[in-house]
Amino acid sequence: MEHVQPTPARHNRLIGKLLLMVAGAFVFAFALVPLYDVLCAATGFNGKTAGLGVGSGEIRDGFGVGGLQSAAAPAPKVDTGRTVRVEFTGTVMPGLPWDMRPLTISLDIHPGELQQVSYLVRNTSNRTIVGQAVPSVTPGQAAQHFEKIECFCFSQQTLGPGEAREMPLAFIVKPEVDRNISHITLSYAFFSIDGQRQTLTSSREAR
Amino acid sequence: MITATTHAAEHPAEHYPGGLMRWLTTTNHKDIGTMYLTFSLIMFFVGGLMILAVRAELFQPGLQLMKPEFFNQLIGVHALVMIFAALMPAATGFANWMLPLMIGAPDMALPRLNNWGFWLLPPAAILLTLPFTLALFGIGDGALATGWTFYAPLSVQGGMGVDFAILAVHILGISSIMGSINIIVTIFNMRAPGMTMMKLPLFAWGWLITAFLLIATLPVLAGAVTMLLTDRHFGTHFFDAAGGGDPILFQHLFWFFGHPEVYILLLPVWGLMPHVLSTFSRKPAYGYKAQVYSFIAIGLLSVVVWAHHFFTAGMPVPALIYFMFSTMAISLPLAVLFFCWIATMWKGAMTFETPMLFAVGFIVLFGIAGLTGLILADVAADAQYHHSYFVVAHFHYALFAGGIMGVMTGVYYWLPKWTGHMYSEKLGKLHFWLTVFSFNLTFIPQFFLGLAGMPRRIPDYALQFAEFNAISTLGAFVLGISQLLFAWNIWCCVRGGPKVESRVWEGAEGLEWELSSPPPHHSWEIQPVIK
Repeated sequence: MEHVQPTPARHNRLIGKLLLMVAGAFVFAFALVPLYDVLCAATGFNGKTAGLGVGSGEIRDGFGVGGLQSAAAPAPKVDTGRTVRVEFTGTVMPGLPWDMRPLTISLDIHPGELQQVSYLVRNTSNRTIVGQAVPSVTPGQAAQHFEKIECFCFSQQTLGPGEAREMPLAFIVKPEVDRNISHITLSYAFFSIDGQRQTLTSSREAR
Repeated sequence: MITATTHAAEHPAEHYPGGLMRWLTTTNHKDIGTMYLTFSLIMFFVGGLMILAVRAELFQPGLQLMKPEFFNQLIGVHALVMIFAALMPAATGFANWMLPLMIGAPDMALPRLNNWGFWLLPPAAILLTLPFTLALFGIGDGALATGWTFYAPLSVQGGMGVDFAILAVHILGISSIMGSINIIVTIFNMRAPGMTMMKLPLFAWGWLITAFLLIATLPVLAGAVTMLLTDRHFGTHFFDAAGGGDPILFQHLFWFFGHPEVYILLLPVWGLMPHVLSTFSRKPAYGYKAQVYSFIAIGLLSVVVWAHHFFTAGMPVPALIYFMFSTMAISLPLAVLFFCWIATMWKGAMTFETPMLFAVGFIVLFGIAGLTGLILADVAADAQYHHSYFVVAHFHYALFAGGIMGVMTGVYYWLPKWTGHMYSEKLGKLHFWLTVFSFNLTFIPQFFLGLAGMPRRIPDYALQFAEFNAISTLGAFVLGISQLLFAWNIWCCVRGGPKVESRVWEGAEGLEWELSSPPPHHSWEIQPVIK
């Protein structure tokens, strides 16, 4: 072994400060998680629709939960001077043996009008499964003005073996939406709520 | 120098364990530097072999050699190996070898930590590549197949290769943070009397900024992959939209580390360049203070520009504009560096030994990386070029021409100092010309492929991309094979060769050239005084 002298005190003081910086940076990474949610809710960044918080139940706010408050709100003025095309799409995530498709592909609407569409969702397996849909609106700037009055994404959905169901959605695009926006896309991702995560590998094996 | 040599003579070699134990237990900065550099060279070839397999698959359209899953594993592990196991250890090896010699310190400040920092690397490298071997025996489905960026949700769903890579990144991160703490303490506390911060060699300045960037950003990466691990196994939902998380958050966390990482890889090289350029131009480095302030400015800017890596993920327009302009602002201090490098050569008595050839090649090719980076930083243009081969070519100009050719500059510059032998200049020059030629042959076609719309990370492609891909693959194989010259030249130089003086190069200035070549095992035990 070589002779290693004990670390001088001035080294230890500097090491202490540097370790504090390391710990601070590690904590900062986790602090970014709530900070990011606040940022998204404030800006509609990333397609998260504006959260109202009321009646959101088990769903965290920031996911555009309309609920009671919106239903009680006075009907907004309809802006008949322009039309916005709203397109509907949906994806079923791996690990959930369901099919989903929008019964209306797209809709030309005036901002402020109350509209209703529905998705057809079918369980292709022979067991009862619970799923949860998570919405996302593109472009992000429109997300804050896309208000869902009634939506199958407000609660978990249960489908029996082979069961198919039309799932309704009522929404208003508020007249405040930016005039430059002519197309809005609403996309749903349906996730399995089995408690047990299915990896890509296991779903591949299942097929 | 005389005191140092006599001191080494008082401790005969028998005093230290020989053979393997010497290397396992060493706390000597020169031994540890040698181990870092050796490890780096080995992993450079490991990462290179992986990408040659990828280029072989891309030689022609269609799938000839491998399944797409294996292709994805190769590109991701290639990047992790090259960045974390080849480029970063090479820079740390330089720091270990040269910092104490340059600043007149007897060793690094924390020698035991130094030993531990190195010996964490081989286990991490094994963790990273083990899933390939396990898959051969039917265990698991191979290594990480998400690309080196670990993007969620793919990384949340991926096989056990992702877990191996997460743990490897944790270990590599711990090693790098320990190395950084060691380097900062050494530079702050161990400088020779009279060496003020503004007399510090530029190489030490470059490394100082790198070390601070590592301390500020690597823990964020560690946090992000920890979240990934808990998402995968412990039921959290940081990146899982079904549970209220957000996959885009991962991109923010990853690139908060990932962009400074680019400068972490490059700053030691930028620090080294003025030494080489001034030696072979026989003039002092131009604009010492300007270079120091540019290093600091680039270090600060690098942590506030991360989102330019995913402009297309969807962002409010003000955010796009902010990240575009802050990214472009980095070109200002970088342009100052380029100006200083060129001004150092201006009207100098230049000669073109191997290290100088690599340094000049570095300036030209790294300039291309900077200019194409400006194109990618443009939000409107990026909408077309994002995730195309244009990006691949751009960052290889930055990290191969900027990073690896910079490291080769350093190796050719300091190898005679380390070994006491001169390498073959003829082979070195041949290596340079082959590398520059084949590097451009590999990556210029990739710019065109990207402009034509070929996406990156795909094992198969449309027919119109066939010619450029074939050229690129040819270039890659020449590039890979030419690196054998590099390894051979180093091997021969370590084994023997013409003896060199303490001042290896005629124009070299600095404390490191006052010591004999090779320097004694213990150097600067009595610190020199700088006037």
